Amino acid sequence: MLIGGVLVITRKNAVHSALALIVTLLAQAAIYLMLYAPFVAGVQIILYAGGIMVLFLFVIMLVSIERTEKERQFNKQWLVGIVAAGALGGLFITVYSKGQSIFPDRALPIAEAQNTQVVGTMLYGQYMFAFEIASLLLLVAIIGAVVMAKKRI
Amino acid sequence: MGQIIQYIQSYLRTKDLTPGAAGNVFWALVYIMLVFAGLSVAVIAMNWLERKILAHMQVRLGPMRVGPHGLLQPIADALKLLLKEDIIPAEADALVFWVAPFIVVLAAFTVFVVVPFGPTHAITDMNIGILFMLGVSSLSVLGIVTAGWASNSHYPLIGALRSSAQMVSYEVAMGLAVVSAILMTSLNAEGTGTLSMIGIVQAQQAQAEWFIFKFFPLGLVAFAIFAIAMVAETNRAPFDLPEAESELTAGFHTEYSGFRWSLFFLAEYSAMIAVSSIAVTLWLGGWLRPFPALHGPSITIAHVWPPADPTAPTGALDFVLALFPGLTFLFLAGMCFYSTVRMPKHPFFRIQTIGLAGFGAALALIGLILFWPPVRDRVGDIYWFSAKVAAFMYLYIWYRGTFPRYRFDQLMKVGWKILLPIGLGVLILTATVALLQTIWHL
Repeated sequence: MLIGGVLVITRKNAVHSALALIVTLLAQAAIYLMLYAPFVAGVQIILYAGGIMVLFLFVIMLVSIERTEKERQFNKQWLVGIVAAGALGGLFITVYSKGQSIFPDRALPIAEAQNTQVVGTMLYGQYMFAFEIASLLLLVAIIGAVVMAKKRI
Repeated sequence: MGQIIQYIQSYLRTKDLTPGAAGNVFWALVYIMLVFAGLSVAVIAMNWLERKILAHMQVRLGPMRVGPHGLLQPIADALKLLLKEDIIPAEADALVFWVAPFIVVLAAFTVFVVVPFGPTHAITDMNIGILFMLGVSSLSVLGIVTAGWASNSHYPLIGALRSSAQMVSYEVAMGLAVVSAILMTSLNAEGTGTLSMIGIVQAQQAQAEWFIFKFFPLGLVAFAIFAIAMVAETNRAPFDLPEAESELTAGFHTEYSGFRWSLFFLAEYSAMIAVSSIAVTLWLGGWLRPFPALHGPSITIAHVWPPADPTAPTGALDFVLALFPGLTFLFLAGMCFYSTVRMPKHPFFRIQTIGLAGFGAALALIGLILFWPPVRDRVGDIYWFSAKVAAFMYLYIWYRGTFPRYRFDQLMKVGWKILLPIGLGVLILTATVALLQTIWHL
């Protein structure tokens, strides 16, 4: 996953970057699997690697590669970058060192075989409202895209 | 080592009901090898069958020269493809060009990890089986897109763009049809469904009904949507726009030759088998034999019909249907012998005639082995699953021989304006009927 992530930002060719991003996303799905979350892993593969990245590639392929290769790859905001990276690294170190007190329950609360069913029950039971709001947000995005793409409806 | 011997012994013991239960590492390895070999043989057979069936549909003979009735033609083709020069175009992106066929092949073969050939005959059983299958098979579009782009040529690029647009849009309709079938698995006492491939078939077994006949028109309509979308998903005629030879020479694999081209070929056929096995699992009862709930009058024939599983029903229908695998092979052997008799009597054809007779004898031997009770009871599920998938394979060839190709706007119209609304309607109706049935017991 790390190798893929580094390749995403260092490749000059945008299509190579996109392929490295796919590797990263698949590795992320594998991490979900190792965390006993097969449903999330499956959705990750379908949505990100299968759906979104295909559209990414679709767009990137139509952009001229010669022009993008001449563009400068790194910009000059290295100070902000270092601060942000340091903050994120500090967060990771804190979580890693104090992880046991923050996430005390290390045992798996539910059996792996029941994972999908439990996710379903939670989404449509306990978190129904948040789920519906999220789908409303997506609907707004779809309508917005249609309005922007079509001048005359 | 001792454990491995124990595993094998557990399979050979006739009383053991769950030999090679899904999830066992040793059996998983064995099944991986078997599935890989079986798939390769199936692809080779499909190559020959497609050419022969298409030829006969168009009143031609098809391959006739290599071996009797062209039986050895696929082997000759494979040799030719392996020996051909592997050209990478000078302006192509060599690395991506090199990787693309492997992505397609990996995606097409990985899905077979969860295909259930029987209650115990599967490489593994995942909690997210069907989700995994749809997800991994959707990865193959990445290979196609990168192949088209890396060729750095116009026809492949257009083919790749068409392919990605087509596959992304038909995945939506396909997903809706699959959801309505998964909804049907939740019609049990606990009210929880399952995504596991084995679980889906077991739900059909428990409800004593294939999902294609469930809530009568609804299951059938969902199945029809899936059957149309899966043809589009595998880029086959009449939806083979990504490789429309009259417009794009060969579409996304125009620049590929030799071994790499044959990888695309292999991936296309194994993807066809994969999506057909999704359809078989979801709607056609997977490994269940036809009429799973009917058994007929109970009979016991000593030495011929001792069921390996003492609790298994011993109906006459069970017995007759259990003989089918052996009878199929005997029928194929009979065809071989019939053709042997009809071979030209010229000495030039002597070796071919002997070979055909030998092939027939081998098939007959396999057929006879399949009548032996312990073998017969173990292969029944695999046989019915493969037979249903084979019917789909014939449908694919039939479509190719009879339907004209769609235009691209027509293809998009079918996907978004016809299949998607019908799929949504079927999903809502299925949910409504299921609710009425479970809550108000109508």
